[in-house]
Amino acid sequence: MRFSGLRVLAEALTGHKGWAPLWRNPDPKPAYDYVIIGGGGHGLATAYYLARTFRQARISVLEKGWLGSGNVGRNTTIIRSNYLLPGNQPFYEFSMKLWEGLEQELNFNAMVSQRGVLNLCHSDAQRDAFRRRGNAMRMSGADAELLDVSAVRKMAPFLNFDNARFPIKGGLLQRRGGTARHDGVAWGYARGADMAGVDLIQNCEVTGFFIEKGRVRGVETSRGYISAGKVGVAVAGNTSRVMGMAGLRMPIESHALQAFVTEGLKPVIPGVITFGAGHFYISQSDKGGLVFGGDIEGYASYAQRGNLPVMEDVVEGGMALMPMLGRARLLRAWGGVVDMSMDGSPIIDRTPIEGLYLNGGWCYGGFKATPASGYAFAHLLANDSPHPTARAFRLDRFERGYMIDEKGAGAAPHLH
Amino acid sequence: MLIPHPLLGPRDAQEFTYLGDAKLLDRPDGMAPGAAEAFFEYLYLRDNRAGVHEELWFHEQGDRAILLVTRDTTTHEILGAVLARDAVLSRTGDGT
Amino acid sequence: MSRLDGGLIDRSRTLSFTFDGRRYVGHPGDTLASALLANGVRLMGRSFKYHRPRGVLTAGSEEPSALVELRSGARREPNTKATVTELYDGLDAMSQNRWPSLKFDALGVNDFVSPLFAAGFYYKTFMWPKAFWEKLYEPAIRRAAGLGRLSMEPDPDSYDKGFLHCDLLVIGAGAAGLVAALTAARTGKRVILADEDFRLGGRLLSESHTLGDAPATDWLAGREAELSSLPNLRIMRRTTVFGAYDHGIYGAVERVGDHAPDASNGVRQTLWRITARRTIMATGATERHIPFANNDRPGIMLAGALRAYANRWAACPAGRVAIFTNNDDGHRTASDLAAKGVEIAGVIDTRADAQPLGDYPVFPGAVVTGSKGRLGLNSVEITQEGRTQTLTCGALGVSGGWNPNLQLASHHRGRPVWSEEKLAFLPGEGGPRGLVPAGAANGEGSTGGALSSGARAAQAVLADLGVDAAMPELPEAEDTPIKQSAFWYVPGTARAWVDFQNDVTVKDIALAHQENMRPVEHLKRWTTLGMATDQGKTSNVTALAIMAELTGRSIPETGTTIFRPPYTPVSLGVLGGGDTGAEFRPLRLTPTHEWAKARGAPFTEVGPWMRAQYFPRPGETHWRDSVDREVLATRAGVGICDVTTLGKVDVQGADALEFVNRLYCNGFKTLKVGMVRYGLMLREDGIAMDDGTCARLAEDHLVVTTTTSQAGPVYRHMEFARQCLWPDLDVQLISTTDAWAQLSVAGPHARRLLERVVDGVDISNDACPFMSCRELTVCGGLRARLFRISFSGELAYELAVPARYGGALMDRLVTLGEDLGATPYGTEALSVLRIEKGHAAGNELNGQTTAQMLGMGRMVSNKKDSIGAVLSRREGLCADRRTLVGLQAMDAGAKVTAGAHLLSDGAEERTEMDEGWISSACHSPHLGVGIGLGFLEDGARRMGEVITAANPLEGQSTRLRVVSPHFIDPDGGRVRD
Repeated sequence: MRFSGLRVLAEALTGHKGWAPLWRNPDPKPAYDYVIIGGGGHGLATAYYLARTFRQARISVLEKGWLGSGNVGRNTTIIRSNYLLPGNQPFYEFSMKLWEGLEQELNFNAMVSQRGVLNLCHSDAQRDAFRRRGNAMRMSGADAELLDVSAVRKMAPFLNFDNARFPIKGGLLQRRGGTARHDGVAWGYARGADMAGVDLIQNCEVTGFFIEKGRVRGVETSRGYISAGKVGVAVAGNTSRVMGMAGLRMPIESHALQAFVTEGLKPVIPGVITFGAGHFYISQSDKGGLVFGGDIEGYASYAQRGNLPVMEDVVEGGMALMPMLGRARLLRAWGGVVDMSMDGSPIIDRTPIEGLYLNGGWCYGGFKATPASGYAFAHLLANDSPHPTARAFRLDRFERGYMIDEKGAGAAPHLH
Repeated sequence: MLIPHPLLGPRDAQEFTYLGDAKLLDRPDGMAPGAAEAFFEYLYLRDNRAGVHEELWFHEQGDRAILLVTRDTTTHEILGAVLARDAVLSRTGDGT
Repeated sequence: MSRLDGGLIDRSRTLSFTFDGRRYVGHPGDTLASALLANGVRLMGRSFKYHRPRGVLTAGSEEPSALVELRSGARREPNTKATVTELYDGLDAMSQNRWPSLKFDALGVNDFVSPLFAAGFYYKTFMWPKAFWEKLYEPAIRRAAGLGRLSMEPDPDSYDKGFLHCDLLVIGAGAAGLVAALTAARTGKRVILADEDFRLGGRLLSESHTLGDAPATDWLAGREAELSSLPNLRIMRRTTVFGAYDHGIYGAVERVGDHAPDASNGVRQTLWRITARRTIMATGATERHIPFANNDRPGIMLAGALRAYANRWAACPAGRVAIFTNNDDGHRTASDLAAKGVEIAGVIDTRADAQPLGDYPVFPGAVVTGSKGRLGLNSVEITQEGRTQTLTCGALGVSGGWNPNLQLASHHRGRPVWSEEKLAFLPGEGGPRGLVPAGAANGEGSTGGALSSGARAAQAVLADLGVDAAMPELPEAEDTPIKQSAFWYVPGTARAWVDFQNDVTVKDIALAHQENMRPVEHLKRWTTLGMATDQGKTSNVTALAIMAELTGRSIPETGTTIFRPPYTPVSLGVLGGGDTGAEFRPLRLTPTHEWAKARGAPFTEVGPWMRAQYFPRPGETHWRDSVDREVLATRAGVGICDVTTLGKVDVQGADALEFVNRLYCNGFKTLKVGMVRYGLMLREDGIAMDDGTCARLAEDHLVVTTTTSQAGPVYRHMEFARQCLWPDLDVQLISTTDAWAQLSVAGPHARRLLERVVDGVDISNDACPFMSCRELTVCGGLRARLFRISFSGELAYELAVPARYGGALMDRLVTLGEDLGATPYGTEALSVLRIEKGHAAGNELNGQTTAQMLGMGRMVSNKKDSIGAVLSRREGLCADRRTLVGLQAMDAGAKVTAGAHLLSDGAEERTEMDEGWISSACHSPHLGVGIGLGFLEDGARRMGEVITAANPLEGQSTRLRVVSPHFIDPDGGRVRD
């Protein structure tokens, strides 16, 4: 069924009788050519591109809960391509281009909204680093602008310019950055994949791999054994657990990340703003809630929740940057488990087990990567070769010394 | 969170800095054969268990002791804490 | 409608307030909602999506509809629940999310085209043409969405934070909580009793029950008196425990000043972190409504709320009311209201066997199937055995059973369990450790049940703590089990609201079912159900039950929802506490700060420090004038700079040298007493971490210096190495960064100047050569350390004295050196001097560069095991051929810009052509041109080549010559003189 304004109008007049399920609830078949583990944003996008773009068939997505129940359903919805390193930036710019055509591609309004991402800087050294990054962005074909303090003031007059511990000295702006409706992205890909014939199987938890002579043959699940030609794992937060079933140890730690939303408010801020001297970034959803977040909790966790100190730290940053926030109220805080990789960058690669492919290690930045991650992983699964923009995301890069460390924090996942 | 400091009693986790997986205690010998492989495993590969996890917390805003804390990563429950130094010395004492 | 009799309001005093500019009066004890109802105001707000007129639904913090903007100006507080806003004299509230007025809201038009706005409609449209989303559709949606308005001005109020500890935290001071607190406090244990209300008693305040022979208020007064007399018990009124965190820590907000007329007086709210060994969750229950056609009109409210307004606040929205119920509790409302003289139009009971509890008409086996009254209820339509009739009434109380307030029990993702007997979710396993539910929160809804449940819970947790608590005497109280039926909604074709604020109707749930958005989380996200400011308290369970009916499965099979903090919305002001604005982070001042300030120096943030940037002199109009002068004066005479912020770590012990030898990648075994060595530390992954010097003051005493920004991390790294890697070494560490003021004295006259302050010590080149150090005294007995090291490339020393003498020493040196041209210099000149000399600093040591890139690859010893050595030899690190070079502008006017990327001359500005970047840049007064340091592919072999520095970000492209990074004295003669 095609969605359109006309269709909405027609259904409104006829009592919404005609809307079909967004996707089927198929039972798992005994065998597939491709089994994607993980019905989150990346898994669903992978299945979609595998079926639509790479023309593969007999594909299933196995999800232990409900579609989109992982980090795609619990993030701060930011999209951007403002990276420094050549291993990252072209990939995220590719993702941005996919975002820009996503709704027409999926016939689903995921509310991709390019209202701009502004990173504030507070010292000369930070501005130099931003200039280096902005130039890397421009050289990759992305947009970037370096703002001085008066330009920042014009864009966001409500920021704390006058009584700040760390005065705002300027900012790096990506106008094409912005936000997207996170659940909508998952649903759009799910619906698209389903329409392309992919079996989306919910409440189906993978409990083991069947590996024979170094090759994966299928997966054990809570709904029975499913044999598979190739298995793609896209289970951010649980990568170590799932890959552990295949006997592989990962360069990943699981950490908890909190995010927050306020009660609905009339429009306050237009785009995304990040505070370069505190742990705070913020945007406003179309519904009116201020969506904000900060650093990960900083200790290994699978608990999908955080504690007060980080919440206080994040809000302190918010109050320091935007003192008008004091009378807004926090409505909800939630926590997700993220795959913190050893250099802060993801992995999209083959594994030592033939037929087993990995997509993980997204740290706290996986949402913006969703389209390109799905595309690149589908490319890898279909062609057995990495997508040109994802070549650096190798699993063996740590052993060989080709880390992609944007922050320069080293092999300390809790610091990325 | 509260961390049961073996010398100071329960202390707020905010006084501590998390240093990571306690595996970092087992630094290989850099001059031994196979050091490259050993260091790669030491520094980069993690069991990353959902469950009981040994990790290091530095009492940076306190007595500067580094603790070896045993904590469940699914519930955050802390099962014990000892001085990392004692743990290392007792291991080497055992010859393990 | 005027006031009823009775109630817990103080009629001896009158409070004046305004709503939408109109003046009203109320009494102490009122909430804004009760006072408005008492003044005959039913219309209080508009809904989110359809802008439907709304009144008050509840009498508590679960209110979804009666939201206002409280106060004005910078203190305007949007989305404030009228039901929990304590009335004060001069209160000023405005309705919100309406234009131009509450009665005539232009966006009310949404209601007429509501079929267009069915669940999830926006996912299906607004996609064409593509560019219209940001330009047209979204701005329109954003303007229409949202609820209240922020002031857009800084919050002028103060907030505080505090920590509390107790043996038992009792959350909720209703029947169960009060008894629990009393039972525990009588044992002498430390107890905290917290309640969100401004008055203790919880639901008892709203009931007409007697406890023993007396009204509940008498019993409450007695208990409150005893509780107040116990020194080991802390009562916290107006305190919401909003979250359960790890290890028995609870977050709570005390509204200290929100009820005060003068908001500017003192602290507004306090954030408490309460650490409790045990917790009793006596948080009560929230009534459910029953969706029916047009069930959202002002005047339609929860039956228990209607009763609460009558009993506690002596207010009733109308003189004639009806009740719609599926249980016995609805009848209590009818009987209490009747007793207050309110006319009962009838009790519509879904149960065929319904019996009245007093003298009022009952319609058994009947349901409400409609309502009338645009801005306030006029009548309801009821259907009984297929026949329909209209009942005139100005208010309708709806009772669909009660949901235990179990939110805190599921903050650790503990899942509630369904009780078919109680027709409610009860707290399940997996709750926070040490938390025990009691009273209505645990499904013990009767007063008698709550009282004994509270006492038993307290006894149980105390027994757990090893204390035997006596059972308190409990008064006789009603203990009738509530009979109710599983009746969830009235089917029909018109819209029946489930989530009032977000305008989610039964039809929306049916549509979600039809579109296969059936898992609870899909249902919520597709329809926005439960996402409103009441956090689903008035809607989630009802919606779940409706979805269960649609799918033909049981409620537990359909799912459950868990709750996340906060229990009720919490102001960001209080979470951010007082550490905002200039107090956001601690500020560290150098020992010469006051001295520099007196000389008019501007300061800059360097990590946590404020450092003097330069020292302007009269006539200098541009910062460059001052900086250039300071640089040239240093190179020609002598300059003095406060370098205290560099990290200093004292390393002592028999194995001190062995210890640093393992830390630095270069060798230290041969460092002699009295000498200093430059050292490079790597991280274990082989990347450069920090550089600095290590001075050997004695056999067993070293001083390690770090860069300013890495002082903390390096110290941490050293403690890790000491305690975790090599605990067998005899070595102790302490950071002495703050203990010593350290001044750099640099320039050809540095020695002459220092000779004027040192106490009879020979510091000639022979006695104190380059890279030597010694302990001595200066200025007539002040202990000091002298290090002959240079960051500027000049003959230079760093002189350290106890921190409190730093300012005096600076003053002494500048005064004594006047004839030598002694010039204080700041961070700007410091930076120019080090760039001219080619010394790496923070911009070069950014955590991504290797020793090889820094031109120090050969320093990494392969004769020893030091941190980072092994992994620095990995293929990828060795393959990075970018190395530190100097870059010099081709002509005097050209600017060298840090952050520009390096390309071969004339190459295209593309990622693939990128050959490096400029890390640091400045104008070199010495050379008279712009210079920089940068990392360039194969840099060492490209000396003299002209390359392009591309800065497309700012539309610049500059040609630069590749030179040695040592612009000054490349042979190092000066430092050795």
